[in-house]
Amino acid sequence: MSALSRRRVLFGGAAVSAGALLTACTSNDPGTDAQVKTNSSGDANAAPGTKVVIGFSAPAADHGWIAAITNNAKAQAGAYTDVELKTVEAGADAAAQRAALATLIAQKPTVLVMLPHDGKELNATGLEAMRAGIPVVNLDRAFPSQAAYRLQIKGDNFGMGLAAGDYIGAQLKAKGVSNPIIGEIPGIDSLELTQERTQGFNTALAAYGFKVANRRPAEFTADSGQASATALLQALPKMDALWNHDDDQGIGVLAAIKQANRSEFFMVGGAGSKAAIDAISADNSVLKATVTYSPSMASSAISLARLIGQGKGLNDLVELQVPKQITLASETITKENAAKYAKLGF
Amino acid sequence: MIAEAVRAKSPRQIDDGVIRNLGLVGVLIILVIIGIVTRPELYSDPTWVRNNVLTILQQASAIGVVTVGMTFVIIGGGIDLSVGAIIALSGVWATTLATQSYGAAGMIFTALVVGLAVGVVNGVLISYGKLVPFIATLAMLVSARGLAAQISGKQTQVSANATINDIASTKLIGIPLLVWILAAVVAAGWVLLNRTTFGRRTVAVGGNPEAARLAGINVKRHTLMLYALSGICCGIAAIMLTSQATSAQAAMANLYELDAIAAAIIGGTLLSGGRGTIVGALFGVLVFSTITNLFAINNLSTEVQNMVKGGIIVAAVLIQQFRYRSLTQLLKR
Repeated sequence: MSALSRRRVLFGGAAVSAGALLTACTSNDPGTDAQVKTNSSGDANAAPGTKVVIGFSAPAADHGWIAAITNNAKAQAGAYTDVELKTVEAGADAAAQRAALATLIAQKPTVLVMLPHDGKELNATGLEAMRAGIPVVNLDRAFPSQAAYRLQIKGDNFGMGLAAGDYIGAQLKAKGVSNPIIGEIPGIDSLELTQERTQGFNTALAAYGFKVANRRPAEFTADSGQASATALLQALPKMDALWNHDDDQGIGVLAAIKQANRSEFFMVGGAGSKAAIDAISADNSVLKATVTYSPSMASSAISLARLIGQGKGLNDLVELQVPKQITLASETITKENAAKYAKLGF
Repeated sequence: MIAEAVRAKSPRQIDDGVIRNLGLVGVLIILVIIGIVTRPELYSDPTWVRNNVLTILQQASAIGVVTVGMTFVIIGGGIDLSVGAIIALSGVWATTLATQSYGAAGMIFTALVVGLAVGVVNGVLISYGKLVPFIATLAMLVSARGLAAQISGKQTQVSANATINDIASTKLIGIPLLVWILAAVVAAGWVLLNRTTFGRRTVAVGGNPEAARLAGINVKRHTLMLYALSGICCGIAAIMLTSQATSAQAAMANLYELDAIAAAIIGGTLLSGGRGTIVGALFGVLVFSTITNLFAINNLSTEVQNMVKGGIIVAAVLIQQFRYRSLTQLLKR
């Protein structure tokens, strides 16, 4: 009987066992290290208060930074006994997020924390929630209308470029390099945030009389970072400094530098990933610093949303309520302070 | 139909292929001359020039391997839009902590088997499920990236395996291992297409599936095998890319499908199937890789680079159509 020929049995068996083996290979325990504010003893605000239901929505992106945003929000909410977090998947685009948020708003959470796919496109949803009496905490990607949010908390893209440029300028000046060759590897070039980072970088370098010699955009992924860095290194046979906008793509950038056997320059990263901070403190690669754009802002957003829900203000400020706008400073992590930032890496 | 198959082997047709490849070599030479004229100080250093050639080849290696598989699929009358997604899934699957615990061999095995398996699913959907290749592989593009994101938890998975990471920096006789892999895949692809019945059948199935069926070819099984072949090529490319980036993630190999299709097309492969060459596809990849290099050494923006790429694709296809039409007219006379 041909249906049970030895070949078929062998092939079938091989396929089944390969399948079984591979399914076992999808296990992946990342060991999430969320950035949570826990130690708040002696802080009156930390004492449990009225129960707050916080609605949360962020894009389901394929990037470590966004993943950390959601993880942080969940972990921070879990650290409070008086907070209930309701998350909705934001889906693939602004329209999907709008639909998901409509459902969430209908459930009447006390406060809504939202990282929109696009600030402009979700502006109307912010307005709608505010009109329904739900304070909105706008996370990172800004709504154009001030009426669309109670609190806006975001990172500083221009400041990131400024910090990177300042570090590079100061280092090169200290070394006495008069006409330095500086490379830049931005992320997706069409994004506003990339353009702001580059503007900040150029502004800081201009103060030292320096400018970027070559600029090769990548796509925030490690493989695109590798490709862009390889092209950049080939174009600049000698380089003094390099700024790579994003530590995730930086994995590929560092790999390319190692593959090309280059070490005559120093590199500054961006965002502040755990791997980058570890590499900086180990001080065994060209990576000497990174400028932060920390997803810890999601943890802070949840804490502030809780205070807004409970009608409390920030203890160190005179005002009785939480401020309306908070822009996080972009901090420069170097070997000297890396230990302090280690727990903030994502 | 049989006449067409015979014509495919006629010396005139082979001459046409050689001329087309010579055209691409011409484009390559022009690109290099532009490079020499615009950056003479770089090109005056022989070490740099040697490095540059190797860099161009190395950056073409992963996409080149994918293009070989893609060329087979297109010659066979199909299209595979899921290659980038298959690379991402293979790469992610091969770099999970569980897979990495089996060492380099386990990672390579996983990447190849995942690539093959996804290719087989594509093939089954298209040949036995009777889905249009465009739709089946488009669905696979979306779902394979989805599964990759699911497995990786949307994180970048760093490869801690020194053997895998060293593939990208290893050189044999002064030439990077990645380039050797590309050479081996291109050579195998060339032999498979031009010197085996599998290759002849691919051309026949792509040229006219009904005629091929009447001639006794198992068209369905053959189509399935073409997508499986493309899947394996993606598995190989996944290892190459993972090694280069020392990591894998769900968004890797973004838009590789378009680069691979474009390279195959400017290399003279007919999108409608039935005709194409592996060497042409290789030149197509090299032209793109050289353009990227040329724009990098001149610090020109990637926007302009994409426009030039688009222009080259259109020009190549226009020239082909013109040549093909005049050739058929010539034969009709």
